[in-house]
Amino acid sequence: MKSIVAQDLLKTYNKGAIRALDRLSLDVEEGTVLGVLGPNGAGKTTTVRILATLLTPDSGSANVAGIDVIKHPDKVREIIGLSGQYAAVDETLTGWDNLVMFGRLYHLGKAASIKRAEELLERFSLTESARRPIKTYSGGMRRRLDLAASLIVKPKVLFLDEPTTGLDPRGRLEMWGVIEELVKDGVTLLLTTQYLDEADQLADDIAVIDHGKVIARGSSDQLKREVGGERLEVVVEQAHVAPTMAIVAKVSGTKASFDEGLRKISAPVTTGAGALIEVLRALDGAGIHPLDVALKRPSLDDVFMALTGHVAEVEEVPTGGKKKRKGGNR
Amino acid sequence: MHALTDALVITKRQLLQLARVPEVLIFSTIQPVMFVLLFRYVFGGSIETGQPGGYVQLLMPGIFVQTTAFTLAATASGLAEDMQKGLIDRFRSLPIARSALVFGRTLGDGLLNILVLAVMGLAGYLVGWRPTSGILKISLAFLFLLAFGYALSWVGIFAGLAARDARVVQNVSFLVTFPMTFLSNAFAPTTGMPKPLQYVAEWNPVSTMVAACRQLFGLENKFGATAGSFPSENPLTMSLIYMAIILVIFVPLSVRKYTNKVTK
Repeated sequence: MKSIVAQDLLKTYNKGAIRALDRLSLDVEEGTVLGVLGPNGAGKTTTVRILATLLTPDSGSANVAGIDVIKHPDKVREIIGLSGQYAAVDETLTGWDNLVMFGRLYHLGKAASIKRAEELLERFSLTESARRPIKTYSGGMRRRLDLAASLIVKPKVLFLDEPTTGLDPRGRLEMWGVIEELVKDGVTLLLTTQYLDEADQLADDIAVIDHGKVIARGSSDQLKREVGGERLEVVVEQAHVAPTMAIVAKVSGTKASFDEGLRKISAPVTTGAGALIEVLRALDGAGIHPLDVALKRPSLDDVFMALTGHVAEVEEVPTGGKKKRKGGNR
Repeated sequence: MHALTDALVITKRQLLQLARVPEVLIFSTIQPVMFVLLFRYVFGGSIETGQPGGYVQLLMPGIFVQTTAFTLAATASGLAEDMQKGLIDRFRSLPIARSALVFGRTLGDGLLNILVLAVMGLAGYLVGWRPTSGILKISLAFLFLLAFGYALSWVGIFAGLAARDARVVQNVSFLVTFPMTFLSNAFAPTTGMPKPLQYVAEWNPVSTMVAACRQLFGLENKFGATAGSFPSENPLTMSLIYMAIILVIFVPLSVRKYTNKVTK
């Protein structure tokens, strides 16, 4: 069964001048994780906001757990959890205050709200800091609390919009662990990210979006295969570049490319390790000693590059405050 | 429906914020008390009122109104901050009544106003303010002030939702409310102002509020402008009309803005 279905979502701004979503369609099987991968401005957040009832599309339809998000937003709100790009909790209040407040707003009643808050604090290792104001928390702790707030009613469907953007490596790893735990419990998760490794790590299925459209869909392996199989890379001394290129081209059956800066010769191969052995034998026979040889599977970065024609623009979004302005002095 | 209980949870949040950062409350009461003392002792000696009890009798209603008007800035910046931090998105993704957040907030502002007015009243009493109209009318005056504050907090809600940045909206609110409270009969007779300003002062809701409060506290409104004009003659009625206008315009506007709010 599909837990999330979005069809032909269109959302424009400035009277159609900006197309945030350009007939985007996607679906997520119940109990699985879909990673929505794309650069800034691709339409990830807009998609999440529509599915989480915060925004109405210009046209198109969307269902979450079988409920129409446009016609029955209130019913959808009862079964979803949303954790956004910025930690949306009250910073002056303590972690405990926040979770109890959100519990009350889910109409859990006082005792149940307190009980649930304490469970979640325990689960996300925040019990010790429960009575401290959020503004004293680290970035990772804030995100965990934000996530806890979205889990108060044990949502069937969870939306995480860039859950690790702005976190340090340790915070990211912690967050990944927490998300993996959640997935084990069977929640359906839609996760947006601009980190390719994150999608690789957490998602069963990946939808690559760019300019408001899904441009590729599949498991991480499928996407990598789609872009082409493995590449053979050989680095040699300058003097050996020409003969090496000939050898590599012969083995791969296509033209080899050459990166001057790295003196790296590469070509796509289909026979994997067999091609590697073949090239090494030929090089040895020609008396060429390679400085480095590698057989590389494409990374999601390569996938992204191949699909969109540009690299994924990873831009750090600060968790608070504004970007510093450059120049302008004097 | 849960509309009321949801709103009360939001109100409680605001009170909790004050409990967690008590400095905010301390400073928001120190400022009006400081105004009471400054005006009482700096200007009090040089403004001839012809009023038994002196300047402080006329001053207190003015400062009460000014203080309730100033809370608008806090409402606006608080809400704008919630928007910026994504908290409004979270509230909107919850199964709560749409009106809960804004109603809860205005309710919290009202409670805060009660406290601030009480502290100021006490400070006024200590420096010689003695309303003479009896407990009933005095209570009525305070109710009137709270109603005015409540109406204005809807303006603050709207400004906060319309703003892009919490600091900007705070400054803008101040830039509007500050001259508004001075271009009135709150602190000095309007008769000393240039003629065009006198008309502004006369129709200024702050003036009608101050005049109404003076009446309820048992004073003659000695700082009023042209005798015979509608707002000077009927300050209570005029103030009620202003409040109604503000509510009729800003309640639906704010609720709509909140419901439709589309952040970038």
